[in-house]
Amino acid sequence: MLEIKNLHASIDGKEILRGVDLVVPTGEVHAIMGPNGSGKSTLSYVLAGRDGYDVTDGEIIFDGENIVETAPEERASAGVFLAFQYPLEIPGVATMTFLKAALNAQRKARGEDELTTPDFMRRVKAASEKLNVTQEMLRRPLNVGFSGGEKKRNEILQMALLEPKLAILDETDSGLDIDALRVVSEGVNALRSPDRSMLVITHYQRLLDHIVPDKVHVMSAGRIVRTGGPELALELEAKGYADYAGEPA
Amino acid sequence: MNAEPRILRTQAEDTLALEFAAARTRLPGSPSVAAAREVAFADFQKAGLPHRRTEPWRYTDLRALLRTVPPLVSERAELPAIVDPLAGLDRARLVVVDGAYRPELSDLSGIDGVTVRPLAELLREGDERIGREIATLDDAVVSLNAALMTGGVAIDVPAGAKIARAIEIAHVTTGLLQTHTRNLVTIGADASARILETHVGPADSAYQANIVTEATVGDRAKVIWAKLQLEGAAAVHLGTFSVSIGEETEFDHLTLMTGASISRSQTFLAFAGENARAGLFGATMVRGKQHADIALTVDHAVPNCASRELFKAVMDERSEGVFQGRINVRPAAQKTDGRMMTQGLLLSEDASFFVKPELEIFADDVQCAHGATSGEIDEDILFYLLSRGISRPEAETLLVTAFLAEAIEGLGDEAIGDAFEAIARDWLANRGQEAK
Ligand SMILES: Nc1ncnc2c1ncn2[C@@H]1O[C@H](COP(=O)(O)OP(=O)(O)OP(=O)(O)O)[C@@H](O)[C@H]1O
Ligand SMILES: [Mg+2]
Repeated sequence: MLEIKNLHASIDGKEILRGVDLVVPTGEVHAIMGPNGSGKSTLSYVLAGRDGYDVTDGEIIFDGENIVETAPEERASAGVFLAFQYPLEIPGVATMTFLKAALNAQRKARGEDELTTPDFMRRVKAASEKLNVTQEMLRRPLNVGFSGGEKKRNEILQMALLEPKLAILDETDSGLDIDALRVVSEGVNALRSPDRSMLVITHYQRLLDHIVPDKVHVMSAGRIVRTGGPELALELEAKGYADYAGEPA
Repeated sequence: MNAEPRILRTQAEDTLALEFAAARTRLPGSPSVAAAREVAFADFQKAGLPHRRTEPWRYTDLRALLRTVPPLVSERAELPAIVDPLAGLDRARLVVVDGAYRPELSDLSGIDGVTVRPLAELLREGDERIGREIATLDDAVVSLNAALMTGGVAIDVPAGAKIARAIEIAHVTTGLLQTHTRNLVTIGADASARILETHVGPADSAYQANIVTEATVGDRAKVIWAKLQLEGAAAVHLGTFSVSIGEETEFDHLTLMTGASISRSQTFLAFAGENARAGLFGATMVRGKQHADIALTVDHAVPNCASRELFKAVMDERSEGVFQGRINVRPAAQKTDGRMMTQGLLLSEDASFFVKPELEIFADDVQCAHGATSGEIDEDILFYLLSRGISRPEAETLLVTAFLAEAIEGLGDEAIGDAFEAIARDWLANRGQEAK
């Protein structure tokens, strides 16, 4: 599903990803942990195709194709989804309008028919109930005035509606209270499927208690420096990142 | 008083002098109106067309921009087939063609109690209300209109009348002409009314429309007023709106500008009674080489009034937007609450936005603020939308619509707001097809 080979990326001439190698097979859930500033969010943005990063070397093979040059909206329609560490507030754009625009844009790009309004409403209702996203939130402008936890739930709602092949969750657990963590984890687990891969970026074992990963990777100074099973997360929680102190990014 | 004679007249100013000389005897009006025309034209000649050093016009140098002027209207034209930009919006329609009110083309249904008359009739009667709301304006374009005005419409909403149906003054220009329209709107005490002003004309004609609308709003009246400037792409639009509002009135006004090659929409609002509230909103959308200027003067002459001004402008391609806004707070106007904001959104590196917001405060117990921003679409927000699969044009449309909607919805009239938002969306749907 996803194969990252020797990926180098820099921003404003500063190299942040320094040769990332990572494989996430179809149907697997992998976690990435690593110290602040090691490049985890940068990797997620580069995977989603954000402007402003220079990919100076390497490949991102998604579904058999190198997508390094592909526009973000095309990656999305091909099935890449990023749940943002800091979801943006968009004043004046109603959440429902946004959800519908996103769903239909992806369907259109894949040559599918647009959803009818009742069909769309049904899907939103089903998905939002599971995630405790209220009707009132859906009526508000996108993320405007949402609490940190509400924004994260809204990200997972989008993921549930868009049904991506590859979901990258960047610190979706940060800012969640204990109940919200459970709700979001259940939402994510419900989307685990043999056709879907996930890359879960987190600092804490507690998320991985709920979303048990197939593999755990450690990122440090722009590289994956160690890969192991779920037990690696426990080890990191106990010992910290002292063993992995690379040169600063 | 003898002013310094101006040595050089532009070709346009010369043509105007010839046109006025030829037309002065046939323009409608009582002897007092005829005398006032002479004074107004002399004022115009003294000042000449506004230019760079005419402070309120500094960004719209008409002396340089108006190389020539087309002829005055001489005959009555058939109404050309022009698409109704507000189709679907329920309203009465008063049609003004080339500066003359045309009752036979108008629809006055659903506005019982409202008196509608051709302004030319009032001119012939020497109605003293004409010119009253503009008496203190020192503006050459208004003087020119006062010298050459042919007609327009006079609307009287009597005291206490609640007119739910919107009343549109539909200005249509039919060809290569200069038109000088004057409208007079009087809204009585305790009345409520919704007025629409539309301006259209042929796409390929460099006509010049000069429209002055005077309005007087009585105490405790409630007025919604929306102007739609959708002139033909080669046209020059010079619109002036001067209004005074009485005690405890609620007055909301929206100007949407998207047509014309060169346009200027100037609004003068004076608070004439205490405890009134005014909201003034604007949405400008220009592209190609269009130039659109919004000028605003809000005169807080009495205490305890509040005004809100929110003007948004979207500039694409090589276009220019201008906002000059001024809030005056006179010494007597204690407890004034005035807030003016203007925001420009540049969709192209070649577009520009000129702003000059000003506060002139002579009272000490007031709350006033102004602000101005200008920028491009936020790249982070854009990426968020793209990352969900929304195409770049659609994402930009969503963001620009949201940007403009805040001003359009400020009017507080859902039906009119929806119709104006549809016009904004149409404009966005046509992006990339440069206006000629
Ligand atoms: N726009 C930018 N310009 C310059 N440096 C940047 C920019 N964005 C990120 N960086 C730097 O890149 C490095 C990696 O940042 P990144 O956000 O990817 O880290 P992270 O692993 O996600 O950290 P955290 O755990 O705190 O979320 C940091 O040193 C950061 O300061
Ligand atoms: Mg991060």
